[in-house]
Amino acid sequence: MSAPGSIPWFASHEARLAWRDWSWLMTRGGRRRGHAAAFGFLAFILFLHGLAYVFLSRSTGLTGSGDARELVVIAGMLALAFSAMLSQAMESVTRAFYARGDLELILTSPATTARLFAVRICAISATILSMSLLFAAPFINMQAWLGGARWLCAYAVVVALSMLAVAVAILIVGALFGLIGARRTRSISQIVAAVIGAAFAIGLQFAAIVSFGTMAVPRFAVLETLAPGGDSLILWPARAVFGEPAALAFFIGLGVVALAAVIGAFAPRFGRLALAAGGVSHGVTKKSRTETRFRGASPAQALRRKEWSLLVRDPWLMSQTLMQLLYLLPAAFLLWRSFFSEGGVATFLSPILIMAAGQLGGGLAWLAVSGEDAPELIATAPVPGNNVLRAKTEAVLVGVAIVFAPLVMMLAAVAPFAALVSLVGLTVAAGSATAIQYWFRAQAKRSHFRRRQTSSRVATFAEALSSNGWAGAGALAVTGTWLAVVPGVMVVAMPAGVWWISPARCSTPN
Amino acid sequence: MDGLDLCVPAGEFYTLLGPNGAGKTTTMRMVAGLLPPDRGSISIFGVDALADPIGAKRIMAWVSDEPMLYDQLTPMEYLDFVAGLWGVDAKLAEARARDLLSWLGLAPHADERCAQFSKGMRQKLALAGALVHEPRLIILDEPFTGLDAGSSRVVKDVLRERVRAGCSVIMTTHILEVAERMADRIGVMSKGRLIADGRLDELRVRAGSGDASLEDTFLALVAQDRVAA
Repeated sequence: MSAPGSIPWFASHEARLAWRDWSWLMTRGGRRRGHAAAFGFLAFILFLHGLAYVFLSRSTGLTGSGDARELVVIAGMLALAFSAMLSQAMESVTRAFYARGDLELILTSPATTARLFAVRICAISATILSMSLLFAAPFINMQAWLGGARWLCAYAVVVALSMLAVAVAILIVGALFGLIGARRTRSISQIVAAVIGAAFAIGLQFAAIVSFGTMAVPRFAVLETLAPGGDSLILWPARAVFGEPAALAFFIGLGVVALAAVIGAFAPRFGRLALAAGGVSHGVTKKSRTETRFRGASPAQALRRKEWSLLVRDPWLMSQTLMQLLYLLPAAFLLWRSFFSEGGVATFLSPILIMAAGQLGGGLAWLAVSGEDAPELIATAPVPGNNVLRAKTEAVLVGVAIVFAPLVMMLAAVAPFAALVSLVGLTVAAGSATAIQYWFRAQAKRSHFRRRQTSSRVATFAEALSSNGWAGAGALAVTGTWLAVVPGVMVVAMPAGVWWISPARCSTPN
Repeated sequence: MDGLDLCVPAGEFYTLLGPNGAGKTTTMRMVAGLLPPDRGSISIFGVDALADPIGAKRIMAWVSDEPMLYDQLTPMEYLDFVAGLWGVDAKLAEARARDLLSWLGLAPHADERCAQFSKGMRQKLALAGALVHEPRLIILDEPFTGLDAGSSRVVKDVLRERVRAGCSVIMTTHILEVAERMADRIGVMSKGRLIADGRLDELRVRAGSGDASLEDTFLALVAQDRVAA
């Protein structure tokens, strides 16, 4: 039994809490459900191993020769994994700063809180490692089976990467605290985390466009053209995966030292930073210049302006909403290049624009309809339900128009017909997604936006099907084939079927 | 609800009491147009609330026990928005909003976003939203829950002033001292039925509780109903 207040004591406390949270999440307290969850988990792991086997045996051709191409491919994979780990670590660290939970109990206790925070930083690292291994382990195992036991060194590299990711995440979040203060750090940090998560994948697409003029080449192929020399330090993590002793020792050492240094520097300050973050949650109010945009507005104008104001003033929500548009940047870049080279990209761009408009429309519609913070105020206002719906739909569609109008105009300069198809496609895609969200509306908090998929699986599936269907129809329409009618009719029929099973069919607002 | 027949005249402060699950909030939500009744009629100052819900909503206001505000709007913006929904003239709305915020002690926070407001501040702002369009009927569901003494006093004063001005107030509460002091008439509900209705002295007679407090009278009435059932 460890002494109360010691690091092992805190560690066992944290481990117990984590285990109980996890087991409750899996079993909900039921023994049979626990068995089903364990069986499901096992089946999932086996499935991933099968998937990894198929992928590794047919696609990558990794032989373990350690030549430049293999090193580059592995370095690319590691960089991709690291950007995902860093993004997740930043989310976790930010949550640790801002979650109230037991923080007040701990900070008002006589225990040495630096020890607890040291344990919590390690726990974040362990969580990131577990999540990474869940997906990486099947690939490592299968590669070891196909290519030899030396590939098992990749486990050590993943461990080192997770420690490094947490260390960097704490440094970034700590720096944000110092630079912009506790109040802004929460949202900015989450935005930065999301951007980091997407950055590498998007960066590869940019590189592919620069190198090959298209995004359609295998992603890692581009790295070969950009690769530094085989003995470059950037490739050391890849060399560590191959089990080269010096590289492996250096990389593991780097992870351990970085995490230890960050724990040493930040664990004693963690409490102070958390208190500063706590001050944000308790009583520190945000001054704001009061706008007069609602003054003298009609009910419809007031509703539209309210939706836009709330979106613009919530940077986290806006970042979540616009995050999907980040993936449009490579497409926009391609369009920009094409504008000067006058190459044909319309076939490629139209469906992307249409699909993104459907997703953005669905997200904004969820916020306007299900994420309404004062539903009873709106319901008791002397405004007919249809007018409320119309105003909210207009707010959504105008939002979509503001984002997509510049892209469509640029496309029109290159390919007017494709621009017309895109315009029609993105309008109906956004409109369909809005309608689906309205039919399946379920009151929820705006802050639950990221988990909106869980409120209605049917709505989520229908929205994705609708956006993709319209994108498919758009892709065919741009090529001038009448076959575009086929997905078009299917996507028109699909919302009708969805409406038939929706809760909205039985209830009409007054 | 089971055969509920209730009439609240203009300028009356009516309080609806009842044990948990008695149907108080359901009744209020029906009057406010948030729940459709299976059958029956609801009339707000002569306007048929079922046939003309928009006309009825124009002259009433609803304040729920959990005030729902927009965290990213300031109180002034919130009141401007509500005024916009009710179609109140802009200049009039601004003047009323400033008066209300001042009256309710929220003027110093007029340009702060609501996200960090306390429960009391949110409750007061929700009440200001209900008053900015000068309704003839105000329906309040547990408006004093979680309010400190000062906020509670302010809300009571505002409601009394509205009643003096001819506005009708229907309120549910579990704080019987508040009901005893403020209500002109009190209704007691149990299992979806209105089991007693009248002034406090009339309820005492009905309960046979002499000059007992409202709390004793209320408990006696509910106990009688339970025995009768």
